[in-house]
Amino acid sequence: MVNREGLLMTLLEVEKLVLSFAGLEVIRKLDFSVEEGTIASLIGPNGAGKTSVFNCLTGFYRPDSGQISFNNHSILRLKPHKITQSGMARTFQNLRLFKSMTVLENVMSGMHCRTSCGAIGAVFHTQSQRNEEELIRQFSEECLSFVGLLDKKDQYAGTLPYGDQRRVEWARALATKPKLLLLDEPAAGLNHDEKQELIELILHIRNTLGITIFLIEHDMGLVMQVSEKITVIDYGKKIAEGNAEEVQNNPKVIEAYLGSEDEEL
Amino acid sequence: MRPSSDTSMVTGVLNWLQHQHNRLIVLLVLAAMAMFFPLIANNYMLEVLTNAWFYTILCLGLNIVVGYAGLLDLGYAAFFAVGAYTTGILTSQFGINFWLTIPAAVFCSMVAGLIIGGPTLRLRSDYLAIVTLGFGEIVRIVARNLEITGGASGLIGIERPFFFGIELNQGIHFYYVFLFLAVLACFVSFRLQNSRLGRAWQYVRGDEDAAEAMGINRVGVKLYAYVIGAMFGGVAGAFFAVKMTAISPETFTFSQSVLILLGVVLGGMGKIPGVIVGAFALVLFPEVFRDLGSMRMLVFGIVMLIIMLYRPEGIWPRGKS
Repeated sequence: MVNREGLLMTLLEVEKLVLSFAGLEVIRKLDFSVEEGTIASLIGPNGAGKTSVFNCLTGFYRPDSGQISFNNHSILRLKPHKITQSGMARTFQNLRLFKSMTVLENVMSGMHCRTSCGAIGAVFHTQSQRNEEELIRQFSEECLSFVGLLDKKDQYAGTLPYGDQRRVEWARALATKPKLLLLDEPAAGLNHDEKQELIELILHIRNTLGITIFLIEHDMGLVMQVSEKITVIDYGKKIAEGNAEEVQNNPKVIEAYLGSEDEEL
Repeated sequence: MRPSSDTSMVTGVLNWLQHQHNRLIVLLVLAAMAMFFPLIANNYMLEVLTNAWFYTILCLGLNIVVGYAGLLDLGYAAFFAVGAYTTGILTSQFGINFWLTIPAAVFCSMVAGLIIGGPTLRLRSDYLAIVTLGFGEIVRIVARNLEITGGASGLIGIERPFFFGIELNQGIHFYYVFLFLAVLACFVSFRLQNSRLGRAWQYVRGDEDAAEAMGINRVGVKLYAYVIGAMFGGVAGAFFAVKMTAISPETFTFSQSVLILLGVVLGGMGKIPGVIVGAFALVLFPEVFRDLGSMRMLVFGIVMLIIMLYRPEGIWPRGKS
């Protein structure tokens, strides 16, 4: 994770990213980077373009210009599934589970891109197919036990309480064996206790699995507690960057946030 | 009307069926019935049942596309037509042995699946349905106008195949041929359903974007479903050609595609026993109501409407959840 000079290696680098919808610029020349092994955050008031940045990173939106490189390769024109294969996994702001399937089956979806068996193997139940199925099951169960949901693996995902559904999404993302985990508003809709558990889980993933984490969040408390580097955007532009303390005392950030709070009132 | 006792009986039966060995018993009894049915049946009954097995294969093939992958296909008869014409042309005009034409029929229907699926599977469902409808009509009209396919009158005099020296020319032969193919189709469907690929279809059907974010190639997985579905149609078509000894474009109309789709939806999309029940309902209803004469299709339509109103998920009950 550290190069010869003792600096952290850059895992994700975004340069001069521009995205517009019908002439309206949503992201304007955004630059930022995420270093390997860190927990980084992207924050900003409502409508600042956070989720749009995520969608550009994961290939769901096509930026107008700019460069995105992940693990030293450009991922700018890759399809979402290729980006996931290259080691970037995401969760969704609004839960996107496969509700009519079991928790275990949901998590198994993450292993799809790490396995290869096709129709012929499935029909003839070849040895390699059986081994692969066993591997998928085992690893998915490991992911579930990591987020503490192994005892609910046979329940239908749609029947779980909200907090547990979030955990299923996490386990599903972990099952893709990512290098970088993108979390879109992970604390949305969680109560205070659940938020504390979430913070522990984020730290646990980074510290024991060594997965780099990049999150978008509204909840300032959570961001300040876990992030080592925070990028603040407003109207699609970067307005500040640094650690929690630096960002909190930055007048531009205070202005952007107070402004938005006024509007909300 | 005592609906409560009715439902309790149904759930009782379902609970009983939850046990593996009970299910096996039912399966064995049904298999024995299917095997020995020709001993007691007359020619008419045999013909109807053969037809039911034939539709079972087609419905199971379409079920992979519609039920598993969630793609609405309104032109499935096209794949069935490609299989039937491939075998028909190769045997009647080139004198090739029937059994050797099967791989060709499978290959051609797969290619047809790729041709229609490749460029169109990027479309979302409604648009795809329109394109498949058009494709079904194109295949039929091409068959109607080409010389090699015999034009509007179709191909006649397709030779009956030999199986270990026995010419397959009686109803009972084809009953067993289609029974075997239907069992094979069930087996393949079952294996696919419970595999990595089967799950991928379910993910894509449930939420395309989430599936893609999980690293699943949305278009590739759909294309796979399309091509496998087409294969089922191709095999069924090849055997259909030699059973009928004559095929014409009018066998492969839009209403044929709709009928197959109806079997899948009626029985219960994505559920193998449901699809079999649907295929049987499709064939047996019009026969049972034959006495009604010209009214029977009307009654058939009303029965289907009632089923869809009261059981929108299909005849077969939802096993779990």
